[in-house]
Amino acid sequence: MKYGLSLLLGIVTGAVIFCLLLYFNPFAGGQAISPLAITDSRLLSLTFSSVPDETLILTNDGESVPAPYPAKVLQLWEPTIAHTSAMVVMLANSRGEPAGVGIKIWSESETTDILNAALMVDSVWHVILPGKGTFLVDQQENYWSYMREVVIPAHRSSGDNWRGTWNGVMTVGPNALGTARVTGGSGDFAGIATEAVESRLASAFSVAKGPVAMRGSLTIMLPDEAVDDEVESE
Amino acid sequence: MFKSFTFGLILGLIAAAGLLYVVPVVDQVRERSIVSVKANGGNRETLHVNLPIDRILAGRADLQTPLPPGLEWPDDALLSGTQIELFKIRNANEKVIGVASRIVGGGEQPFIEWAIHMPARGTSYFVLADAANESGERTGNLRTGTREFSSLSGVVAERYIAEDTTTSDGVSGRLELTTSLVAQAEKVAPAEGDEL
Repeated sequence: MKYGLSLLLGIVTGAVIFCLLLYFNPFAGGQAISPLAITDSRLLSLTFSSVPDETLILTNDGESVPAPYPAKVLQLWEPTIAHTSAMVVMLANSRGEPAGVGIKIWSESETTDILNAALMVDSVWHVILPGKGTFLVDQQENYWSYMREVVIPAHRSSGDNWRGTWNGVMTVGPNALGTARVTGGSGDFAGIATEAVESRLASAFSVAKGPVAMRGSLTIMLPDEAVDDEVESE
Repeated sequence: MFKSFTFGLILGLIAAAGLLYVVPVVDQVRERSIVSVKANGGNRETLHVNLPIDRILAGRADLQTPLPPGLEWPDDALLSGTQIELFKIRNANEKVIGVASRIVGGGEQPFIEWAIHMPARGTSYFVLADAANESGERTGNLRTGTREFSSLSGVVAERYIAEDTTTSDGVSGRLELTTSLVAQAEKVAPAEGDEL
């Protein structure tokens, strides 16, 4: 009996140690510097709020955090889309002026691999910059660093919240350099194929509400010949 | 006792690793793709949106009652002439299989765009001409796709079909999308000895 108990205790301890090793793995950090930081091309920077109340709408299965916004928005409860969320946000240019609207739709990815610190999400941005054009950004994002450094510390905190500064690049693919794929749709962007990176800057998170203070940024590399000078670049 | 604890510890480490390796963390629910083969034209698939019950968002500057209730659509001249919608999208069996965004742009070159995201299959991005043909159909091309749609090319047709009477579940019409997609031809290098 005592051998059985010690064996069981050993198995539980082993599993816990394994989980702790995964969680504290120093080699499994997200990157804070965008792969586009070294490009010579012009960059189009679009910023947005990731706080639900500051979006136009945010919807999910209705049971996840953050809660859908506004409260009466149709929820994605059907089994095929229960792991999917969507939000529509105003996008601002680098001067903080409204530049357009972005629709982001994202789903938990089947490529998620906890052993390799990959909490993957497949996402697309359908963006319209009125007067300039439209484009689609498709990307794979890794939320491991965000979970480990923001969400889990918030759950561990006695106040069920987190405050600090977390800056991370979410995009990890599908391009080889860890950038997203951008495909032009209409207007000045028609026919272009380029790269983008999405990053987040979080400073407050609540277990009950989700992001309380968090901004996102979508940085798009502009092909030199494709877009005129009116497009805000930095 | 110490030996059995040590053995259990190693077993626990291996079991945890094995479990995470074998058991998928995310397993999206799939619906069977309902496609028909078109002669020399690839696969045809019909998707649709039941209106108004599948509309998640309807945003336009001059809309009297934007959807959802409580939506504060920006009163910004920048967005005049732009209509943004978000829908649940269904297959021919009336099963919801994804979420789709539709953007209608005004100006000198009006357009309609669809981005259809199906979690278990991938995303397809279509750009359509704003003008409808005599049968009320708008057509366009697949601009790009991800995963299942990444190697495909083809066309899409959009049309609105009004129901004669509102059905018991509140459906007054459907927005139908018919896609005809085919794999792009791959260039194959001739093998040695092949006659060209």
